[in-house]
Amino acid sequence: MRELKYWQAVNEALFEEMARDDRVCLAGEDVAEPGGPFGASRGLLDKFGPWRVKDTPISEAAIAGLAVGAALAGMRPVVEIMFLDFMCLAMDQVVNQAAKACYMSGGRLQLPITIRTLCGAGRNNGPQHSQSLEAWLCHVPGLKVVWPSTPADAKGLLKSAVRDENPVVVIDSLSLWTSKSPVPEGEFTIPIGKAEVKRPGSDATVVAVGSMVPRALAAAQRLAAEGIQVEVLDLRTLSPLDREAILASVAKTHRLVIAHDAVKPFGFGAEIAAMIAEEALEELDARVKRVAAPYAPVPFSPPLEGAYYPQASQIEAAVKMLLGA
Amino acid sequence: MTKMGEGQGTSSTGSAPPGQLSRQRLLHLYRVMATIRRFEEVACQLLVDGKIPATLHASIGQEAVAAGVCEALEPADLIVTNHRGHGHCIAKGVDLKAMMAELMGKASGTNRGRGGSMHIADPAQGILGANGIVGGGIPIAVGAAYACRARESGQIVVCFFGDGAANEGGCHEAMNLASLWELPILFVCENNQYAEMTPQRVHTRVKDLSVRAGAYDMPGASVDGNDVVAVYAAVEAAVRRARAGGGPMLIECKTFRVRGHFEGDPQRYKTAEEVARWKEKDPLTLLKTSLTGPGGIPAGELEAIQQEIESAVREAVAFAEAAPLPSPDEVLTHVYAGA
Repeated sequence: MRELKYWQAVNEALFEEMARDDRVCLAGEDVAEPGGPFGASRGLLDKFGPWRVKDTPISEAAIAGLAVGAALAGMRPVVEIMFLDFMCLAMDQVVNQAAKACYMSGGRLQLPITIRTLCGAGRNNGPQHSQSLEAWLCHVPGLKVVWPSTPADAKGLLKSAVRDENPVVVIDSLSLWTSKSPVPEGEFTIPIGKAEVKRPGSDATVVAVGSMVPRALAAAQRLAAEGIQVEVLDLRTLSPLDREAILASVAKTHRLVIAHDAVKPFGFGAEIAAMIAEEALEELDARVKRVAAPYAPVPFSPPLEGAYYPQASQIEAAVKMLLGA
Repeated sequence: MTKMGEGQGTSSTGSAPPGQLSRQRLLHLYRVMATIRRFEEVACQLLVDGKIPATLHASIGQEAVAAGVCEALEPADLIVTNHRGHGHCIAKGVDLKAMMAELMGKASGTNRGRGGSMHIADPAQGILGANGIVGGGIPIAVGAAYACRARESGQIVVCFFGDGAANEGGCHEAMNLASLWELPILFVCENNQYAEMTPQRVHTRVKDLSVRAGAYDMPGASVDGNDVVAVYAAVEAAVRRARAGGGPMLIECKTFRVRGHFEGDPQRYKTAEEVARWKEKDPLTLLKTSLTGPGGIPAGELEAIQQEIESAVREAVAFAEAAPLPSPDEVLTHVYAGA
């Protein structure tokens, strides 16, 4: 299979979905003439024209509102909020409008919206371009939240997001942007709401998403050398959470580590730990362990940022602790 | 005359040339305005009687804006409204029975009891939704106008918002975008003198909100929002312009919120003098006087219309009272589309 970089897979998904359905349009800061702040929409303006591919002012509330209104009037908009941090500027439209329109109208209004955004974690982008705010979005009924970890997943999940009848936030990791791996050509979708076992194992489960998945896989590989078999469960979708997949993995391994770049308190790891406590406590042979960032803003300076984000070695240590190894 | 400066925010208060609307259309406007008035009077009483479970934001005194604006629209055109939106929805053609049922939280309400008074939506009538967030509808309306333009549907969008919403950041973002892309949208600012309980002199420097249009290089006008003919004339011209690809416009309709911000608001912030002054300008009375003046129609004709409205509103209340409540086991229905 041919290989693509992550951003090329995103670009391919956008091309394919816009060609497939003329109701799909793209709007955001720098997406049209510049081809996307990081290249994801290169070539789209030339192919689909100035009314389907729009550069916007730096106006996140208007960008998100544009998506809501355009969807209400029959389009299937894809809009970009350049960094996840900037979602704060769009939150009324995302939380009070997009997420609730279907429910508030008793199903009479539907919003097939995709909001693409980028998490800048791990690239020394500092406190306002690095945050992992995914739990805020997951806490809002009506939204779906996906976070791919590979180029192939980026293509398959984005295509599914565009075809979904609900608002879907697609978070991409800047640290994965130029990673390269095989991506299926043409029609290829990945279901929203389904996790994937990226590496099977029997001794412990590590749940991760997005750019944490490669670190979990690295930890699993090193532990395998010591005879410890770790199962890496890539959630792919954070909301709706694939509870069955988590429960099934824990029923197999009886040990659970949840790793994320977001600060530990109130992160999505807390939801998973609570879910296990409520539904499968008897499956556990050890305490649940969360590997996450400390409760502080993201620092800029490399040694501080290095200390801030969880590394593969910390996942490794957490698994060993649970095994008493 | 209403001024519409090209590319400059302008403002003047005035009325349309006489005779612009046929008597038949004026009677239709009277019917719409009187329906809004009666619907809301009855709804406010139902609230007091405990039949509506949460407060209402009545638009009594502002009926000429809703009626005058929607009279200039086609059925396929779209509106986005706000928390004080019953009148806009009635003027755009919402079913009174379904809206009254929604106010009571009934399963057969416009929103199946999920939204209530602040969220009335009826896409079949081009009503894309009222909104509980002040200013929240403005970027949405621009998004709808973008879709109309991109798909060349020929529709235009009217965005109703108030003087309070004019100070939300999203209003600025949305107006800039609409003008930049020359979208088919009309921003109708219903200046009812109060942002919740705060008078305009306390929350905004400019006197005429329409001057802000100049900042976006779109025309702006301020009109007497209690004169339905003036509202219609201004909007009709703006609609024609927008439909021809001329882009957006901001029309400020100066009016007065006769009731409180919400029903139950003691309104200690209003003076008796201002209430009396605006009472003189009651939009329904003004229209009635002009219709029944010398050479006009006999008062009995309006009485007959009033009777029809009375029975339509009574019918709506009877329907709503008899309608079933939603079943508690449906609390999760419609969180997601198709679910």
